[in-house]
Amino acid sequence: MSILASMLPIALVYATPILIAALGGLYSERSGIVNIALEGIMMVGAFAAAAVTVTLEPGPMAGCWGILAGVAAGTAFSLLHAFASIHLKADQVVSGTALNLLAGGLTIYLCQIFFDQQRTTAFATGLARLSVPGLAAIPWLGPALFKDVYPTSWLALLLVLLTWLIMARTPFGLRLRACGEHPQAAASMGIRVLRMRYAGVLISGALAGLAGATLVLTQDIQYSVTAVHGTGFIALACLIFGKWNPFGVLGAGLFFGLSQALSIYAKDIPLLRAVPADFFFMLPYVLTVIALVVFSGKSAGPRAAGQPYDPGRR
Amino acid sequence: MRSRLLLPALAILSGFALGAGVLMATGRSPLGMFEAMLQSVSGVNLAAGTFNPRYIGEFIVQSMPIMLTGLSVGFAFRTGLFNIGAEGQLMAGSVAATGVALWVQAPPGIHVILVLLAAMAAGGIWGAIPGYFRARFNVHEVVLTIMMNYIALYLNNWAVVELFRSADRIKTGPFPASALLKAESLSALTRGSRLNWGFVPVLLALLVYWFIIEKTTFGYSLRAVGCNRDGAHYAGMKVKGDIVASMAIAGVFAGLAGAVITVGTFSFGRALPAAEGYGFDGIAVALAGANAAIGIFLAGLLFGMLKAAQTLMQAQGIPKEIADIIQASIVLFIAMKAGIDYALRKLRRAKDPEAP
Repeated sequence: MSILASMLPIALVYATPILIAALGGLYSERSGIVNIALEGIMMVGAFAAAAVTVTLEPGPMAGCWGILAGVAAGTAFSLLHAFASIHLKADQVVSGTALNLLAGGLTIYLCQIFFDQQRTTAFATGLARLSVPGLAAIPWLGPALFKDVYPTSWLALLLVLLTWLIMARTPFGLRLRACGEHPQAAASMGIRVLRMRYAGVLISGALAGLAGATLVLTQDIQYSVTAVHGTGFIALACLIFGKWNPFGVLGAGLFFGLSQALSIYAKDIPLLRAVPADFFFMLPYVLTVIALVVFSGKSAGPRAAGQPYDPGRR
Repeated sequence: MRSRLLLPALAILSGFALGAGVLMATGRSPLGMFEAMLQSVSGVNLAAGTFNPRYIGEFIVQSMPIMLTGLSVGFAFRTGLFNIGAEGQLMAGSVAATGVALWVQAPPGIHVILVLLAAMAAGGIWGAIPGYFRARFNVHEVVLTIMMNYIALYLNNWAVVELFRSADRIKTGPFPASALLKAESLSALTRGSRLNWGFVPVLLALLVYWFIIEKTTFGYSLRAVGCNRDGAHYAGMKVKGDIVASMAIAGVFAGLAGAVITVGTFSFGRALPAAEGYGFDGIAVALAGANAAIGIFLAGLLFGMLKAAQTLMQAQGIPKEIADIIQASIVLFIAMKAGIDYALRKLRRAKDPEAP
């Protein structure tokens, strides 16, 4: 049992970027734009964060500026996806693929320009861990949530709550969802569909950028082409497994984080020792395939996601 | 027909223009990039005035697998399906190729054919699974195939280490010569390049693609499903069967690519830290080649050239990732097709108000 207790903090570190990026995907898909570019946007965010952090270190706020740079870069990069798929009615999957391809090339190209190598130089601390003195004493939950925790993990949990509030309790959320379900009906009620979809994609860009920044500053020492290693696609899986619902996403994200932590800890757990680490890496994807098939009858996703907005259709 | 050629051509030109612009903006010479591309295609080094056929060999080696993944993506596209899973199907193919190369003993000539067939079968199965889920449960193939890619990646890594008993956890033991596509003669002809017999199955695959799509009733049915699923169903075509078959055949092409890499370019199975991107290259090839066999052949050469030129660029102080930037922007420009189409029509209408 002590293994599980020591595993939880690691699981939270892994789950945080998955969770944030999946919430990003939620905004975009709820507005009706499929975003398989989460991976690419995370790469751009991670690169910007690592580059800014290493440049400003040993300044005291280097990590924070890095995070902000990641958010800004992610938002700017997602503008490409928004412009292509909203204004130019591009196939959203092709456009997303293009962004994923572009991110890998662009970030390493810039590394070569700025750092003369195929990765950024290594930063010293990245993001600092924080503790809340009183709360850390709570058994189980304390060490996982309040002792030596990256502030971005708190931010991720806060974002889950905030996203639920926005989606379920505000006019903006209702309008956003309307654009993803039936944009023509939304337009007939005076909602500006294109503008809402831009908002959805840009918020997803900001969050995916934040996720990338978090990933590189908490799990790595520098940005390289393998820094994001498919986390954006796990986030996509998390969004689907969580049925496009903030709390579902929370559950799926924590579970996927745990499965990644298990791949490290399995050798210490007698029952799991025989299972190769690769199977734990595989788990989120296998579960998502199963979930997709099981849920297939009742489509949980936004109905209009993936289709360009055509005001002339009914 | 004209716009089918015009749009990819425009996208490719814009992609290269953008790449040259990026180079100039960051203080590098675009001329060096074009020289590197010329050298990788022709073997001629303009600056030094030398000729080395090894570059031509490597250029062909780079083009072969992405033509096959291009065929894979293109075949699914023709049926209205987006196969992002060529990468995973390719890896399923290379696992099968590794297994047959290591475990099966057969005379030279037959062994390598068994390897290719096994890889094609494995790729086909890896493609048919999402195809079946798509047809039976209407689950979107894009997400399914992305997930299948990662499952294949980790399955490959597990197989290399546990199943094929890799000593260093990176690569398997060497394959016997009978399992390889390698040929001394081809390598000697191109002064020691990795050129191998892989181009024979690649050319055959291009022919088969063209034949199925353009010349058979089956291909016609697939295309009809791609154009209008409901219409095809109404006309009595077996839409669900066509979807599974299309994804399976797409997988066969990608699986073959896995074999061409594993027993052609290399001679051992490899564990990979991350996917190598052949599947995504295939998307670029299929889009730029307008999903036609001849287009995929030409686009395969184009992107193969970009890949082959990368080391030469890097040697000249040009960051090699410029090739990825150009490829990605070509895909992005093609994605903007509807918008560009609209702009072109507007332009034409401005010139001639009677035009449609």
